[in-house]
Amino acid sequence: MSFRDILDSGKFAVTAEIGPPKGTDIKEMYHHIEVLKGKIDVANVTDNQSAVMRISSLAVCKIVLDNGMEPVLQMTCRDRNRIGLQADLLGASVLGIHNVLCLTGDHVNAGDHKQAKSVYDVESVQLLKIVEGMNNGKDMSGNEMKGATNFYAGAVVTPEANPLEPQLVKFEKKVKAGAKFFQTQAIYDMEKFKSFMAYARKFPVKVLAGIVVLKSAGMANFMNKNVPGISVPQVLIDEIKAAGKEKALETGINIAARHIKQLKDEKICDGVHIMAIGMEDKVPMIMERAGLL
Amino acid sequence: MITGEQKPFEEIWNMVKDFKKVLVFGCNTCVAICHAGGGKEAEILASLLRMKASEEGIAIEINHNAVERHCEPEFFQPVMEDIRTYDLILSTACGVGVNLLSENIGDIPVFPAINTEFFGAVPRAGEFTELCAGCGNCILHLTGGICPIARCSKSLLNGPCGGTNNGSCEVSPDIKCAWVLIYDRMKKLNKLDLMKEINEAKDWSKAQGPRNFKVKVLEEIKK
Repeated sequence: MSFRDILDSGKFAVTAEIGPPKGTDIKEMYHHIEVLKGKIDVANVTDNQSAVMRISSLAVCKIVLDNGMEPVLQMTCRDRNRIGLQADLLGASVLGIHNVLCLTGDHVNAGDHKQAKSVYDVESVQLLKIVEGMNNGKDMSGNEMKGATNFYAGAVVTPEANPLEPQLVKFEKKVKAGAKFFQTQAIYDMEKFKSFMAYARKFPVKVLAGIVVLKSAGMANFMNKNVPGISVPQVLIDEIKAAGKEKALETGINIAARHIKQLKDEKICDGVHIMAIGMEDKVPMIMERAGLL
Repeated sequence: MITGEQKPFEEIWNMVKDFKKVLVFGCNTCVAICHAGGGKEAEILASLLRMKASEEGIAIEINHNAVERHCEPEFFQPVMEDIRTYDLILSTACGVGVNLLSENIGDIPVFPAINTEFFGAVPRAGEFTELCAGCGNCILHLTGGICPIARCSKSLLNGPCGGTNNGSCEVSPDIKCAWVLIYDRMKKLNKLDLMKEINEAKDWSKAQGPRNFKVKVLEEIKK
């Protein structure tokens, strides 16, 4: 079943990230693909994540596809103008990649090429419209293309953005621009997420909750302080602290599994997007403990 | 106004040290307001360069002068005869001034002593802030008078990115998120509906140089 069919069927979907490495040695990445294959539904390939230069998302999507998994092409607007974006969308399409996550992209200031000229010729909402146009056989300038694309387009939303209202205005624009599925920033507070979902359910879109495993109390505190839109409740930080340093990761994995199980059992959202960030090996364990395997 | 900041002194010194007769040439309009390139700053820079030359034991004649503007030839034409006696003009005008003087002066090099930065306002004395990017296609009527092209780090047109953080930009806590400002302003103006409309991709062709235009009325009169 394709990603679109899985979500349309109402099955609880699981996606996880594959982060392309910097350099041509892709042994570890192959290992991650092997570990995740047959477990998750689709692999989400990041695009120069955090503005750090790596193998292109498009190339890794093709590798994922050739290795038997369905990829989601993450596409940011930071590094390519409208011509480059459309060319890569057509390229993805002919390579058999039909899911695209439309992102604006972290600022170059966050990455390892801080002196780069950011592009942002278009941004996430406009990229979604470009995809919709190409699905209808037209490029952004309205030129007829020889053969249309067939993308299933998604976008991101931060349910705990502060302030939230402008973020929701943008969410609604993304829906209007053609987003069919959403992945969220990492969420930890189920009650807050439920109230976001009560709002999001008014729109004809599928929502995958973002899951980031807490490796330690320090990581949780760091994210609370430094990552916009992430808020780890103190009760979870205390739970990890109480487990002691040696069992911190174990506790973090259990929290992630517990949240996924609750999201699925209570039908809060349509699936989860697990951002393993170097812990791809642990994804099957999280899924097992969440009762998904 | 156009803002700029003086280049690091060492960089300036390396530009001038091999010349024999140098004029530090100030501009008394925009760059004088930001204390970077007016007549007073040209005079101070000339003194510093003379001291440095003396320290290094290098003989250079260094003088200073300034005119009201470097962006219109009529302002520097009256001193042209004098400035042509130098073998380097170290201009403290903005980049526009350096270009225009270079075009008019003949075979004498004109070097920049300042880094020209942006169109800025002076919210408080001594503080300069970018509020317009000169993109050639103004949309301030759609954004509550707050420019997302100049004031959002990504020049976004449809709302804040995921990096918006308690009203600040992900790039720096010192930068306010333009889209939070726009949202608050539109709410006050009771125009939030306008913010909910999708702004189409921008026509960047109007923002890219080289740009020029002629005043239509004057063209008609000439005809």
